Amino acid sequence: MRKTTKNNLITFGGTTVLAVVMAVLSAAGALNSKTSGLLIPMGIYIILAISLNLTVGILGELSLGHAGFMCIGAYVSGAFSLVFQNTISPVWLRFSLAIIFGAVMAAVFGILIGIPVLRLRGDYLAIVTLGFGEIMKSIANNIYLTEDKNGLHFGFTNPPSGIDSETKRELLKGPIGMAAPQDTTIWAVIAVLLICLAILMMFIDSRSGRACMAVRDNYIAAQSVGINVTKYRLMAFTLSAAIAGAAGALYSHSISLLAAKKFDYNLSILILVFVVLGGLGSLRGSIIATIILYALPELFLREAGNLRMLLYAIILIVMMLWTNAPFGIRLRERILNSGFVMKLKAKFNRKKAGAGGAENE
Amino acid sequence: MSENNPALEVRNLSIQFGGLKAVDDLSMTIEKGALYGLIGPNGAGKTTVFNMLTGVYKPTSGSVLLEGENITGRSPTEINKAGIARTFQNIRLFKAMSVLDNVKAGLHNETHYTAIEGALRLPRYFREEKRVTEKAKELLGVFGLEKELDTKAQNLPYGKQRKLEIARALATDPKVLLLDEPAAGMNPNETAELMDTIRFVREKFDVTVLLIEHDMRLVSGICERVTVLNFGQELAQGETSAVLNDPKVITAYLGE
Repeated sequence: MRKTTKNNLITFGGTTVLAVVMAVLSAAGALNSKTSGLLIPMGIYIILAISLNLTVGILGELSLGHAGFMCIGAYVSGAFSLVFQNTISPVWLRFSLAIIFGAVMAAVFGILIGIPVLRLRGDYLAIVTLGFGEIMKSIANNIYLTEDKNGLHFGFTNPPSGIDSETKRELLKGPIGMAAPQDTTIWAVIAVLLICLAILMMFIDSRSGRACMAVRDNYIAAQSVGINVTKYRLMAFTLSAAIAGAAGALYSHSISLLAAKKFDYNLSILILVFVVLGGLGSLRGSIIATIILYALPELFLREAGNLRMLLYAIILIVMMLWTNAPFGIRLRERILNSGFVMKLKAKFNRKKAGAGGAENE
Repeated sequence: MSENNPALEVRNLSIQFGGLKAVDDLSMTIEKGALYGLIGPNGAGKTTVFNMLTGVYKPTSGSVLLEGENITGRSPTEINKAGIARTFQNIRLFKAMSVLDNVKAGLHNETHYTAIEGALRLPRYFREEKRVTEKAKELLGVFGLEKELDTKAQNLPYGKQRKLEIARALATDPKVLLLDEPAAGMNPNETAELMDTIRFVREKFDVTVLLIEHDMRLVSGICERVTVLNFGQELAQGETSAVLNDPKVITAYLGE
């Protein structure tokens, strides 16, 4: 088997097992309520981190507006669910449609934003995406959507004009936010996470993914071998936006009142931190980094009181050195190639060979 | 397009950067299957010529014809699709990708499946990947890189990086191959080996080769014809041995 395929299978299998075990433990009541409550947001952050890794790690472009795409997915899907709350009956169907709709709209915005923005590179692109994220947040913060007997009313003022006050039902309430139906379950998060992870892995390990990485590694050389640079940059950017939109959909259906100010600069940076510390271009790294960095402050560092932020900072620095510094990489390789690990590997392989032999007999 | 068109024809090519005429009125005709040299002192404008031929720069005036087809002013991607591939003076590999993936990226337009077929692993993905991988391995075998398929390109020794770059360029199935200082930084043994490789490549892949080089042993060893550039202008053109013995050329290189 090819090395890439093997690595992908390990990551995918590991994620599946871990997610299912956590979900089952939570359902069986083996986890305390605080830990259980962390699982859904953690899954959503993992989806965001792997999608941002496509832009930053594989395409090599720094995007600081990822929360903007999440915001689009959250609002579009939330509004969809609220509008069709009483018309589409099985919840799973309505919720699936809402997620797909959110992802598609985020992708559409990805294309619309990507066409002008991807003419830029490096720092310039980072600044423009940062602006995009803030604009999306501000727009979402000022949207009012109200339903009455005449249909839907949409506007940027409260209340939108011409509303029948008898039958009105406010769906989006500007800065107050949106109360989408609470459809997100841990199983829905796991399903979306695994689908997105699989799509990303298969995309990266294909002709298109190679083209993206070629553009990242050397723009001019990529053109010189006939790769349509603009097309693949746009494709990766759009796919990344769509997956962030799906994560946004899960998010808006998981909290009781969603306000747009959640989707600010800090959220984009937080996801970027997960991606960078997990290792650029490594989906497995993004997943592990998100789990560690999201769970740590919530679960363990609470006990440390005032030292919490200091410990968190130290962990960030250690992870950064581990994944990115030359001596960290050397140390990692030395540990992986050390006698002890090699012995373990040999033992493992022998066992596998032994088991195979036994089957043949 | 007739059969008799030269592989590459350059007509009165000029480019101006502000007040500087980097290349001035250059014309040359390279016949099919030729091994052609473009030489000249540092700063003469050789790499600028390559950049115009491959679409990185748009010439101010003049035209480039590939087998009779005018390709002047097209984008680098289109020019590669039309049939010109190149290597770079300062090696430009896809550093963080494996040796095999570098060549497979070169086979990009040879790989016939869509992004969706790839992301959903439809049957055509497996068929095409298998075919392209075989092709890439075969190509790497020609350059003696078949043992390093999974090595990251940046971890290859210098000489092998140069070879990989040529392999990647050939993967695009070009009609004309442009080599920008292929022997730079090589010792005499490696250069001799490179000369054999270039000759072999021309036969095996049926390409026309245009190369920039400072190593006169390589130029006189394999190039049939050369053009000498000096300060952006053509100084001499013709059969290699005659041109290299031209007093004008010797003066340009060594001074008065």
